[in-house]
Amino acid sequence: MRKSDMQIVAASLLVIGGAVFAASAHAGKTLDAIKQRDQVVCGVNTGLAGFSAADSQGNWVGLDVDVCKAIAAAVLGDAKKVKWVPLNAQQRFTALQSGEVDILSRNTTFTLTRDASLGLYDTVVTYYDGQGFIVTKKGKITSAKQLKNAEVCVQSGTTTEKNLTDYFKSINVKIKPVVFEGFEASVKAFFSGRCQAYTTDASGLASIRNKEASNPDDYVILPELISKEPLGPMVRRGDDEWFTIVKWTIYALLEAEEYGITQANVDQMRSSQDPPVQRILGTSEDTGKLLGLDKEWAYREIKAVGNYGEIFERNVGPQSALKLPRGLNNLWNKGGIQYAPPIR
Amino acid sequence: MAARKRDWSWRSRATRGLIYQAVAVAVIAAAVWFLAHNTLENMRVRGIQSGFGFFSQPAGFDIGESVFNFDSADPYWKAFLVGLSNTLRAAVVGIVLTTILGTLIGIGRLSRNFLLRGLCTGYVELFRNIPVLLQLLMWYFVLNEWLPPVSDALNPLPGIFLSKSGMSFPVPEWERGHLVTAVGLALGIACAWGYRHWARAAFEKTGIARPMIWPAFAIVIAGTLLGWLAGGAPTALELPVRNDLNVSGGGAVTPEFLAVTLGLTIYTASFVAEIVRSGIQAVPWGQTEAAGALGLSRGKALKLVLLPQALRVIIPPLTNQYLNLTKNSSLAVAVGYPDLVSISNTTLNQTGRAVECIAVIMAVYLTLSLVTAALMNWYNARSAIRER
Repeated sequence: MRKSDMQIVAASLLVIGGAVFAASAHAGKTLDAIKQRDQVVCGVNTGLAGFSAADSQGNWVGLDVDVCKAIAAAVLGDAKKVKWVPLNAQQRFTALQSGEVDILSRNTTFTLTRDASLGLYDTVVTYYDGQGFIVTKKGKITSAKQLKNAEVCVQSGTTTEKNLTDYFKSINVKIKPVVFEGFEASVKAFFSGRCQAYTTDASGLASIRNKEASNPDDYVILPELISKEPLGPMVRRGDDEWFTIVKWTIYALLEAEEYGITQANVDQMRSSQDPPVQRILGTSEDTGKLLGLDKEWAYREIKAVGNYGEIFERNVGPQSALKLPRGLNNLWNKGGIQYAPPIR
Repeated sequence: MAARKRDWSWRSRATRGLIYQAVAVAVIAAAVWFLAHNTLENMRVRGIQSGFGFFSQPAGFDIGESVFNFDSADPYWKAFLVGLSNTLRAAVVGIVLTTILGTLIGIGRLSRNFLLRGLCTGYVELFRNIPVLLQLLMWYFVLNEWLPPVSDALNPLPGIFLSKSGMSFPVPEWERGHLVTAVGLALGIACAWGYRHWARAAFEKTGIARPMIWPAFAIVIAGTLLGWLAGGAPTALELPVRNDLNVSGGGAVTPEFLAVTLGLTIYTASFVAEIVRSGIQAVPWGQTEAAGALGLSRGKALKLVLLPQALRVIIPPLTNQYLNLTKNSSLAVAVGYPDLVSISNTTLNQTGRAVECIAVIMAVYLTLSLVTAALMNWYNARSAIRER
């Protein structure tokens, strides 16, 4: 069978994610659609404490969630105007491709394949992560190199499986992955002792140790980080205006931290004479106009969720339940690598 | 009869039928073309790449259990084969066990013993009314909670280890002698078939009934045993050994495989039991009485009169259950068993080829189901009433 025939047969068998009936995308449409429905549709994780999870009152909280809130505040003037669409690892790209969500803010690793072949764009890294391992304290394992012939529980549909194989191949150690479709099943299997180790992004390890373990002190996170996992929101290709808006709403959060603008002092800062602050808060130049937004877009998002540092501290930082160090995610001038282009 | 001239006018029912059918086919073809074309077009416009070219690229991920050797440098198509073989392994083992368990429980439902009948009825009502996904998860977590960690693996019998990492058991080490054993087995089967053929012919001719089943079994076993002895009676076993982190060597099945086959077997057996029961009850009571009147014993009556008639009722719905079991094995991904769906999910995520991966899964399950159905239809045709 010729290749094109195969494609037609395959495609005719399927109706995936509305790709079949959806009209093709046009530039600039996303912002219009958002304004018309007065709501940003945001794809988030079904439940990853610190990044996106529903709290006991059913409100979505977390770092990924705050990014969407910031965008809603910048674009629509109200951080509450977000419709949350919880997505699992397999659904996430299809949901964004088919237009079911406007933005995918779901601890998603940026890779070449994803950026170049899925019809999607990586935007800005909101969390620099790396893949690690968690083991029981009882097992007396102190390094990933000791996991010879061990079974490692892992959730499918992520970059984790491939990193796992690459890493152990490079150090010539044989392991056995046990791959689960669901996050809950994979975590439950590890905590019931099915596997000697569990692997995912280090932030995720801290999250599950804190939330799922009956006694978090019985588990240790191994020192090795075996991959680079730059996490951030993705948007659909074909709408450059929306891509730019998402990028700059995130840059503004970083810029705000750099210039000391916080949720608490943002109103006083509006009378600041410092030119960069004036530009961020729209009290001198109108940067919003260039983005297709109004003058106070950045002011509103900082007012709603605070600057990047505040978002980090509140959701995953040392004071939060996850107790993750700021590390790489500190600003460039404070020892980290978070560096936003200037707003001007 | 003289050939009638074909009437092509609208008044001809045959012509109208032909036109309606042609229109229906055209509409379906147009719909399929529209869906395919629009999908490809939309994907192209959005810059989503498509095609099956990725199949020959290295997979880059490991698979936890595999019938044959798989390395992460092997291509994606080989990963799919591993998934397929794992699916088949679970399905075939499940079908065999389901048939045995379902038949026993179905017959138990008709027992004169109140306790046995009640237990079998309870089994059927309990397991067929709980969704199969929940049952799989339940078995998996029960196994995982109940079994000890691999460092203190249970050792109920010498050479057998049971732990959260699965069950390890001894397997015979491969020697040339095993080849002779296999030849003995094949010869035994051939002789048993020849014996049955002869016994049947003799019965038809003389009316003297000879036992058919036990001698046949005996011939097969004797053949195998002789072959094994002729091969030098190889007894070497590869025993599993317990280490710090795991149990290695010997044969092993994972708790995922155990949970999947156990869950599917127990669920499907409840349906098979009902099919067997209804099949037996579908044979009129008069047949039993008639068999008795002819002086046949209970066992003979069952074998010669009741079962052949019951099978005709049983086989078609039984085929459905086999197909269901095979299709339900796709739920294995929920408990971490690396079946076709699991491998495909991983591939889908590594490559982003959603349409292609789902198409492969669908084509494979369709093929598996059609093959199973074809086999069962053949068996059904064999046991159907031959009208003379």
